Amino acid sequence: MKKHFHYEYLQSRVGYYTALLSMGALMLIGLAAAIYMETHGHVVTGMTNQIVWGMPHVFAVFLIIAASGILNVASIGTVFNRAPYKPLGRLSAVMAAAALAGGLIVLVLDLGRPDRLIVAMTKYNFKSIFAWNIYLYNGFFAVVLLYLYTQMSQDFRVRRYYKPAGTLAFVWRLILTTGTGSIFGWLVARQAYDLAIFAPMFIALSFSFGLAIFILLMTALMRGDERPLGHGLVNRMGRLLGVFLAAAAYFTVVWWLTDLYAAEHRPVVKFLFFSGNVYSWLYWLGFIGLGTILPMLMVFSNAARTSFKPVIFASILTVLGGISLVYFVIIGGQAYPLVLFPGKEVKSSFFEGVINPYAPSMPEILLGIGGMALGVAIVLLAAKTLRILPVTLADADVDPHLVSGEVREMKKAA
Amino acid sequence: MSDQGARDRNERARHEEIDAARREFLRNIAAASVVSLGGGMMLYTMGGEAFAKKPGDPLDPRKRWGMLIDTSKCTSGCEKCVEACKKENGWEAEPGSQTDVQWIRKVDVKDPKTGFMASLPVMCQHCANPPCVDVCPTGASMQRADGIVKVNMHICIGCRYCMMACPYKARSFVHEEIPEENKRFHAPMGKGCVTSCDLCAHRVDAGQIPACAEACPEGAMLFGDLNDPGSELRKRLKEIRSYQIRADLGTDTGIRYTRLP
Amino acid sequence: MRAFGKWASAIMAVCVGVLLATTVARAGDIGPKIPIDKSKGSCVLPGDQMRREHMKILKHRRDKTMYQGIRGGKRSLSACLSCHMVKDEKTGKPLTVASPKHFCRVCHDYAAVKVDCWECHKSVPEEAGGQALLKDGAGLKDSKFAQLMKYVQGGRK
Repeated sequence: MKKHFHYEYLQSRVGYYTALLSMGALMLIGLAAAIYMETHGHVVTGMTNQIVWGMPHVFAVFLIIAASGILNVASIGTVFNRAPYKPLGRLSAVMAAAALAGGLIVLVLDLGRPDRLIVAMTKYNFKSIFAWNIYLYNGFFAVVLLYLYTQMSQDFRVRRYYKPAGTLAFVWRLILTTGTGSIFGWLVARQAYDLAIFAPMFIALSFSFGLAIFILLMTALMRGDERPLGHGLVNRMGRLLGVFLAAAAYFTVVWWLTDLYAAEHRPVVKFLFFSGNVYSWLYWLGFIGLGTILPMLMVFSNAARTSFKPVIFASILTVLGGISLVYFVIIGGQAYPLVLFPGKEVKSSFFEGVINPYAPSMPEILLGIGGMALGVAIVLLAAKTLRILPVTLADADVDPHLVSGEVREMKKAA
Repeated sequence: MSDQGARDRNERARHEEIDAARREFLRNIAAASVVSLGGGMMLYTMGGEAFAKKPGDPLDPRKRWGMLIDTSKCTSGCEKCVEACKKENGWEAEPGSQTDVQWIRKVDVKDPKTGFMASLPVMCQHCANPPCVDVCPTGASMQRADGIVKVNMHICIGCRYCMMACPYKARSFVHEEIPEENKRFHAPMGKGCVTSCDLCAHRVDAGQIPACAEACPEGAMLFGDLNDPGSELRKRLKEIRSYQIRADLGTDTGIRYTRLP
Repeated sequence: MRAFGKWASAIMAVCVGVLLATTVARAGDIGPKIPIDKSKGSCVLPGDQMRREHMKILKHRRDKTMYQGIRGGKRSLSACLSCHMVKDEKTGKPLTVASPKHFCRVCHDYAAVKVDCWECHKSVPEEAGGQALLKDGAGLKDSKFAQLMKYVQGGRK
C-alpha cells in the first residue's frame, strides 16, 4: 500500500525569525569579509604563494562534499526504497542544493578576480577537471530541481517520473563527488595527492558529512516547529551514520597505507600522519578519535534508542571531524613542500624544501561561515514557502516497523 | 537537311565556346591553387635561425623555445639572472616574504650522501605537457605554439589551480596591488591574477634572447630552438648529457640542465 | 490628482526639450576631447568610430599578441599610449592613469565606465623598449601575407 505524507510550511515563530536573522547577519559579515579581501588583495589573508588554497577552500570543499551526501537521504528513499526515508526526500533535495550554493559562493568569492565570474561561464578548457566540475555543479542544481519537481508536483503524470529523476540525481551526485575528489586526486605534482583513491574517499566522506548535517537540520526544524519526531527514525539514521563513518575512515587508512608502502611517498606520510604536528593531531584526534570512533560509540549505544542526544552529538562531532579532515587534506597537502629533487637537500630564497606555515585569518573564516549561513538560510526560506517538511515524523506515521523496535526497547528498559 | 546541319554546327560551336570558358576557369583555379599552395610551402620551408622573428610577425609554430643551463658554470650566491629578470619584468621578492611574486630563483641542491653540490636557476620549465595548462578552467594558463607557457591574464580568474598543479613552484599569485612605477610595459601583472616566467616572450618575439640568459656573466644559459637540429642549443644537447627536473612526471621540460645532482 | 497631472506634463515637456536639444547637437560635439599628438599621424580609425570600437580593436590585438606573439605597430597598446600620452605641465613627465587628465580617464570618467586594463598594464609608455618596437613593427601588419604576395608577384616576372 502506498503511503501518503502530508507536508506543511513552517509556522511563524519568534525562533524562526531569530534563526533567519542570525543567518542573514552571518552572511553579511561573510560578504564584508570577502569585499575586504578583494579590495586589499589576498595579502590580508593567511594564504601565500606556498599555501595557495586556504580556509575558504576548506569550507567550500566541505560544503560541496556534504551537498551530494545530503541528497543521499532522498536517494535511500527513492532509489533503494527504504520506507522511513521517503518523507524526507523533499527536505533532502532542497538542503543539498542549498549546501552546494553555500559552498560555491565561498569558492567564487575567494577567487582573485570574482568580477570575472562570467569568464568562467563563457570560456572553458575542456581538459580541466575544474571546468568539468562547473558543469557538474550547474547540472546538480538542475537535476535536483527536477527531482524536487517530480516529488512535489500536483500532477500525477509528473509524479510518475519521480523514480527515474531520483535515480538520475543519485548517479549525478556520485559523478559530482568523483569530480570533487579528482580535483586533488589528479594533482600529479603534489606528494600528498596524486591518488585515485581520493574520488571514492570523497564519496564515502560525503555519505557521513551529508547525513550528519541532514540529521542536525532535520531535528532542528522538526523540534523548532514542534512537530512529532520518532526516536526510531533518528536512531536508525544514527546507526546508518555509524556505518558511513567507518567506511570513510577505511578509505583514509587505505590512503596512508598505500603511500607508506612506497618509499617515494614515505616522507610525506610520515609528515602528515605520524609526526606529531598539527596535521597529525587533526587526523588522529580530530578525524579518527572525535570524528569517527566517538560518534560511532554514540550512535550504536543503547542510549541512542530512547534519546536524540547521542545521535545529535555524534552528528556534531562528525561535522567537526569532517572539517578537521578537509583541513588536513587541503592545508596539510600544501604544507608539505614540492619535491623537485627527490632525496636531495635543497635551499633557495623561495622556501625550497621547507614545511610551509599557514595561519588562517579571520576574514577567511568569516567568509566560510557566511557560506554555511547562506545554505541554512536557503533551507529556512524554502521550508517557510514550500511544503517540504513533513507534518509528522513520528515512528508510527513513518514506518510501523520502527515503532515495534522502540517499544520493545522501552519494555526491556522498564 | 542543310538547315539541320547548320543548326548542329551552331550548337557545336556554342558548346565549344562553353568548354573553352570552363577550361579557362579551371586553369585559373588550378593556377591560383598552385600559387597559393606553393607560396605556403615556400613559407614553410624557409625559416630557421636566419629567419628571425620580427615584432609584427606571427610566431613560428615549428619552433620550440628552450634553454640549456650549464650548472658547472653556475655558482652558488650569484643572482645575476634573478636580478636581470626582476629588472626586466618588474617584480620584487622581499627576502622572507611569503606573498611576493617570484619568476625565477636560485636553488642550491646537495646530495646528502655524496656531498655533490650544484647551484641552478629554476623558473617556469616550459613543459611540452604542462600540468598548469591542463587544469586551468578558463584556458588562461596557456602554451603558445612555439612552446612558451604563460598566463593569459585577461581571462585569468585567480583560482590558483595552476599553482596547485605546477611541479616546479614556478607560478605566483599577485597578492596585492602593484604600484605603477614597478610595472613594466611588456610584463603586465596585477592583483588577483596568477603570473609566471614567460621566457621573456616580448623579447623572443622581437628576435632577442631572454633577459636572464643575456645577463649570465658565465654564459651558462643557452637559449634556442629545441626543434631545429641545426641550432646551437641542439648541437650542445647532442654533445652532452642533459637532465630535466622531475623527468619522471613526463612533463618534457623545455629547460634542461647539465650535471643535475 | 489634477495637480499631479500638471506636474507630470511639465516634466514630460522638459524631457522632450532636452531630448530634442541633444539630438540636434552633433554627436561629435558632446563628450570630452581626447588628447592626441597629431604629429605622429592619424589614429587607426576616425574619432567617433574609435569611441565605439576601441575595445574591439584592443581585444582583437590582445589575442593576436597572446597567441601569435604579434607585437608593436600602429594597433598596439604602446602605440595608443605613445600618441595619446599627456605630459605633466610642470615636470614634463607622462601622466599616469592616476591623473584625471590621462586620455582614458578623460572619456571614461565622463561616461562613468570603469577601466580594468590598468590593474595590470602600465598606463604610460615605456621609456626605451616600447619605441623601438613601434618602429620595428610599423608596416608589418600582416607580413606572412605580404611575403606571399611578393612571392606570387616575383613568380610572374
